[in-house]
Amino acid sequence: MEQFKSPQNQNNKTTQVKKEKTSLLHKFRGNLRYQKYLFVYTCLLLPIIFYLGIRILPTLFTFNVGFRDWNLLSTDIQPFVGLENYVTLFQDEIFIKSIFNTFIYILLGVSGQLLFGIIVALLLHKINRFVGFFRVIYFIPYVTSIVAISWVFQWILMGNGIINDILVNLGFSAQPFLNSPDQAIYVIIAAMIWQSIGFQMVLFLAGLENIPEMLYEAAEIDGATGWQKFWYVTVPLLNPTIVFSAVIGTITFIQVSFTQVINMSMDGSGGPLNSTISVVVYIYQLAFKQFDMGLASAATVILFLFILALTIFQMKVLTKKFDY
Amino acid sequence: MRFRRLLPYVLLIIGSVIMLFPFIWMVSTSLKAPFDIFNLSIIPENPTLANYIKILEESMFIKWFMNSIIVALITTISVLFFDTLVGYIIAKFSFVGRTVIFILILSTLMVPTEMLIIPWYMMSSEFGWTDSYWGVLFPGLMTGFGVFLMRQFMEQIPDDLLNAARVDGMNEYAIFFKIAVPQVWPAISALGIFTFLSNWNAFLWPLIVIESPSLRTLPVGLSFFSSGEAESQWHLIMTGATISVIPLILVFILLQRHIIKGITLTGMK
Repeated sequence: MEQFKSPQNQNNKTTQVKKEKTSLLHKFRGNLRYQKYLFVYTCLLLPIIFYLGIRILPTLFTFNVGFRDWNLLSTDIQPFVGLENYVTLFQDEIFIKSIFNTFIYILLGVSGQLLFGIIVALLLHKINRFVGFFRVIYFIPYVTSIVAISWVFQWILMGNGIINDILVNLGFSAQPFLNSPDQAIYVIIAAMIWQSIGFQMVLFLAGLENIPEMLYEAAEIDGATGWQKFWYVTVPLLNPTIVFSAVIGTITFIQVSFTQVINMSMDGSGGPLNSTISVVVYIYQLAFKQFDMGLASAATVILFLFILALTIFQMKVLTKKFDY
Repeated sequence: MRFRRLLPYVLLIIGSVIMLFPFIWMVSTSLKAPFDIFNLSIIPENPTLANYIKILEESMFIKWFMNSIIVALITTISVLFFDTLVGYIIAKFSFVGRTVIFILILSTLMVPTEMLIIPWYMMSSEFGWTDSYWGVLFPGLMTGFGVFLMRQFMEQIPDDLLNAARVDGMNEYAIFFKIAVPQVWPAISALGIFTFLSNWNAFLWPLIVIESPSLRTLPVGLSFFSSGEAESQWHLIMTGATISVIPLILVFILLQRHIIKGITLTGMK
């Protein structure tokens, strides 16, 4: 309330000193502007230093290192070698494999989490009791440490672990899971999806609640079946949520793929036989096991372009204009 | 008809079992003695806290836990302060260089963290920042995402409200803290939760910048513990996992309303 009282006081004062009014106002305004500028630039000083020094310059520096022969172990000179690092990378089988795997992680992982997120959200939207309870349960994996949960999955899926025990009891044969070059990557993707369903569910639930009931009623009058209502009303109206989820999902999956692969793969570095290696894991090995900063930097540049292209693609393909 | 009404519940319960089973099995294993862990009963036959005592006495879990809290807390406070301030300034002031600064900050959103770890590592070794809290902290002190988010929310504050306070003679700092910030509390708390969670779980950068075991954060500590000290001793690994997972789950259950609302809020922007 105070803020409303005081302007009146200010007004009284200004009427009292009518004669000096113009010059005072002038001074007051000038002072205000000065204060504003002072405030703006002092507050922006640290952020500008931060964004330039910790984000922008390092980015440019990475581009630079990518064009050099830069090994922390060998010499002090870092000669400019042009595109040599890039050529080396594209002839490197493991690198190609890691790009391919990253693509699989994103493709299956993101579509999987979208699909299950929508399914759980639709189910929750249908029921009217225990909604809060289920929401909490499905969300719990999202707030737990990826490292911890990766080791839990290793333990559950071990050769003589509980899942294999259940499989055998049900009459199936035991599976190698993380020990198999064919299965390991899908097991890791399943774990990633498991962890992120809750996050997607919350987003889609909010999206569903924003769809006006009216539209469904209108569709019903037109004789739409349940499936048609879903396909022609729900999906188009959820479109912004889907685009947002896909973009966010892609970026997080690229990061998560490192943590998860390091902690879930049998040798801790993308095995067996590099079948689960992701680009980030390979970059980590190049930079911090072999200390080949030039090669590693070139690989991060490729990753950057990869993400950029993917994001633009997702925005273009997934964003559609719908008319009503 | 009845069946159709019950079907969603049945499916959701099956899903819930899948969501919760890994945690149940984790806790169950952590309560078993070493010779008992391959006995696949969910409720331990001879429950024991021996694993917890052993871990808390012989390894550095408490230390790692504290490190994680310190790092995540400082980062979160810094992000909240600076991102809110910068978002506010960009939304509510016109000054020379505003667009340039905003584009500069937004452009950092396009660059994945993975691309920056190499220069950050070189910087840290150059300035002697490796193996310190500061080394873990410095890359995350401000985020482009936060600035973008806060700008969106700050834009909705009416200018008249701020100008009224100015006429009142309030200084700009007071206007920011007393007028602007209270208007966007929900967004600030959402950003806080996100920042805390992602720093709490951060793995790649702490793994690179920390050398001494006593400075490890919880995820890095647990990872080394599980593949090194406790190799194949699953009762100990599961105990470590439980220690690092349960506190966060409890906090989440306490704050779940805020957290879920926060995600919804940021997702809709």
